[in-house]
Amino acid sequence: MRRLYSKIAISAVVGAVLAIGGLGAAQAQKVKRGGVLNLVVGSKIPSYDGHVESTFGMIHPIRPFYSLLIRINPDNPQSPTDFVCDLCKGKVPTGTDGGKTYTFKIRSGVQFHDGTPLTAQDIVATYKKIMFPPKGIASSRKAFFMMVDSVSAPDDFTVVFKLKFPSGAFIPSVATPFNFVYSKKDLDTHGYTWHKKNINGTGAFRFVQHQPGSFVEGKAYDRYHHIGKPYLDGYKAISAPKMALRLQAIRGDRASIEFRGFPPKARDDLVKALGDKITVQESDWNCVLLFTPNQKRKPFDDVRVRKALNLAVDRWGGSKYLSKIAIVKTVGGVVFPGHPLAATKAELVKLTGFGTDLKKNRAEARRLLKEAGVKEGFTFDFSNRGVDQPYKVVGTWLVGQWKKIGLVAKQRVQPSGPFYNTLRKTGDFDVSIDFNCQSVINPIADVTKFLGSSGSNYGHYDDPVLEKIYDRLLRAETASDQRKIMREYENRAINEMAHLGITLWWYKINPHRSYVKGWKIAPSHYLNQSLDQIWLDK
Amino acid sequence: MAVVSGVPVEAGLEQIAPAKPWHAVAIDLTRRYPLGTGGAVIVVVMIVLAVFADVLSPYDPEENAFEFMLTPPGYQFWMGTDQFGRDILTRLVYGARTALFVGFSCAFIGAFTGLVLGVASAYFGGRFDLIFQRVMDVFMAFPLIIMALAVVSIFGTGTQNVIIAITIPFIPRCARVVRSSALAIREIPYVDAARACGFSDARIILRHMVPNVMAPFLIMISAFVGQAILLEASLSYLGLGVQEPTPAWGLMLQGGAEEYAESAPWVAIWPGIAISLAVFGFNLFGDALRDALDPKLRSQ
Repeated sequence: MRRLYSKIAISAVVGAVLAIGGLGAAQAQKVKRGGVLNLVVGSKIPSYDGHVESTFGMIHPIRPFYSLLIRINPDNPQSPTDFVCDLCKGKVPTGTDGGKTYTFKIRSGVQFHDGTPLTAQDIVATYKKIMFPPKGIASSRKAFFMMVDSVSAPDDFTVVFKLKFPSGAFIPSVATPFNFVYSKKDLDTHGYTWHKKNINGTGAFRFVQHQPGSFVEGKAYDRYHHIGKPYLDGYKAISAPKMALRLQAIRGDRASIEFRGFPPKARDDLVKALGDKITVQESDWNCVLLFTPNQKRKPFDDVRVRKALNLAVDRWGGSKYLSKIAIVKTVGGVVFPGHPLAATKAELVKLTGFGTDLKKNRAEARRLLKEAGVKEGFTFDFSNRGVDQPYKVVGTWLVGQWKKIGLVAKQRVQPSGPFYNTLRKTGDFDVSIDFNCQSVINPIADVTKFLGSSGSNYGHYDDPVLEKIYDRLLRAETASDQRKIMREYENRAINEMAHLGITLWWYKINPHRSYVKGWKIAPSHYLNQSLDQIWLDK
Repeated sequence: MAVVSGVPVEAGLEQIAPAKPWHAVAIDLTRRYPLGTGGAVIVVVMIVLAVFADVLSPYDPEENAFEFMLTPPGYQFWMGTDQFGRDILTRLVYGARTALFVGFSCAFIGAFTGLVLGVASAYFGGRFDLIFQRVMDVFMAFPLIIMALAVVSIFGTGTQNVIIAITIPFIPRCARVVRSSALAIREIPYVDAARACGFSDARIILRHMVPNVMAPFLIMISAFVGQAILLEASLSYLGLGVQEPTPAWGLMLQGGAEEYAESAPWVAIWPGIAISLAVFGFNLFGDALRDALDPKLRSQ
């Protein structure tokens, strides 16, 4: 056992070295060109359109075919503020005109895979589709750009964004990895839904084939705009819905990496079996598992009952134990833990259900339930998603936590499709598992999940007070103002109204074959997936 | 003048063998059907575990106790604990309750419905029989698990829906077997006599035909219980059956097999053994029952 731990420790240290000082390490070793990267993906591809989809099932196999205007620094993906140009050139612009104008200079000589030259018009057409889609055209991240007034191209190599008001959330929103740049010609000729089933980007790899349910194949694009990259000849994204299959694929070297993450036990098994042939990279994850009481249903329309649900949950104990069996770990509030805008531990323990005196919390929960007229043994329907990690594990834990205050949650697990249908459309649940998974760490945009006006308000509530606080947050100019207003926002959403219950933030564990070099773990499974910096030390 | 037989009544009775005491019958059955007796013992043990689970189990089957998570088998936890720190022995004992509840519910409902439909089909014959049997053919064209999966996908997960999902594919299987026996019975004169007396169809079917197809019916039931337990475990293993934290063997196997097969194999091994034993027991018992009730096999 001690040997196992030492192996894990060595692997983690190796991973951390790669993650933190990766640039130096990569430069120290001479990059080897060639080879095909086999990666495993645990989810299906609903469509190829990044502007519509929100799943890693699409991002992992499809992102390498596309470029972005700007992206997180692939050599420093842990930083929430380090952005670099992808299709723009020079440095990422800072706002002018009091932070209301952003001017991007576009690279020349970039070509789409079909040979069409890229111009600023393509960027404008792409962002117009994302920010101002015509009626009937879906855009999942339209709300991220509510501060944008217009986007235009004064010439073929300049793009100008005009904002309604200065906002620190703008640049992180532009760097969102789903903002694939499409060709204006394709959008004009084929329409706004063509990219759901077709691919034509400027990414590091060209599309070769997609065998549905089996794999997606790409080969290196020789006119890629980051000269000298990609290092790989190609890649194959193999579909493997079962975790055991993905694990065995890596163990048997049929695949080299899986970008979403494995639970701790799987990591331990791989390290135990393969020793230094496996490198482990770990990171906090910009994903939080929530539970949403349906406020259209009694007694969950009563804030006392919602508070009781929150008070029952032992987050600190859960972190200690669940982190051994699930991909969750960190206790946090509404903001990604560790970010300057996140609550400190001293601030956290003041929130309902985050106090460290569990006995006191649960006594208070029982008192609130009694006051609300909810009797011991009250049974309710708890909807959960049929995915083990972390949904079913955390769901089963929650059922146990609520039992401690005399509530009986009947867990109803459904496959992803029916689960989303219940959560988003029918609303046929008392309490449901919910989550807030984002890519680029952009707290001001990320916390919109808690708004009544959010597109993902599945608790069916309306809270004008919270909306007003958010409006002030959006317009706050200094970091200290933002932080202060963020605490007000958190207090309203969690303490006063208990609209949603925060469980634990996810924790990303990526064991991969040690010969995979150049990839650094990011705080999101959506980020750093262009594959252009990866090489194989074989 | 009529001649009255001079044989005394007592003398006639002497020729009938006296009833054996129960233990002698049991020993006799054990000698004749040793495997079936083994199966019956397993079934009885399962029933005892299921009925007295509250008394026999030392722990709460649903209570998380993370401080004991993945404890190997030992003095405190004979079969070890799972990833939530729950005692596996306790969950196995309560799991027997789930398995038997689902098994017997599906077997009885499915077999009884199949019995009535099968006998009715044979009794009415003609076009009704023809159409009804083609419908049964359609149902029977699907393997049990595929049919059950289809039903679960329509009705959703949960214990009640699992029972429905497993019961539906049992109906045509029982109906088909029972019909073949009932076809022969239909031709026996007492059925014609009942018709001649003006009895209703329902009375003829339920009072005069059904009791005479009890032998294949009982055999089907015993086979169905084992199949239902296996199907419930399969559905739960696939995440479509009984849901956490309810103790169910398939669910326990699913929770342990993928992630803990190497580091904590006991999480998957015990429920696997329990499922195998239960199915084995019911199948052995069913085989013995068939041997005992089938006149041809009995005469051999």
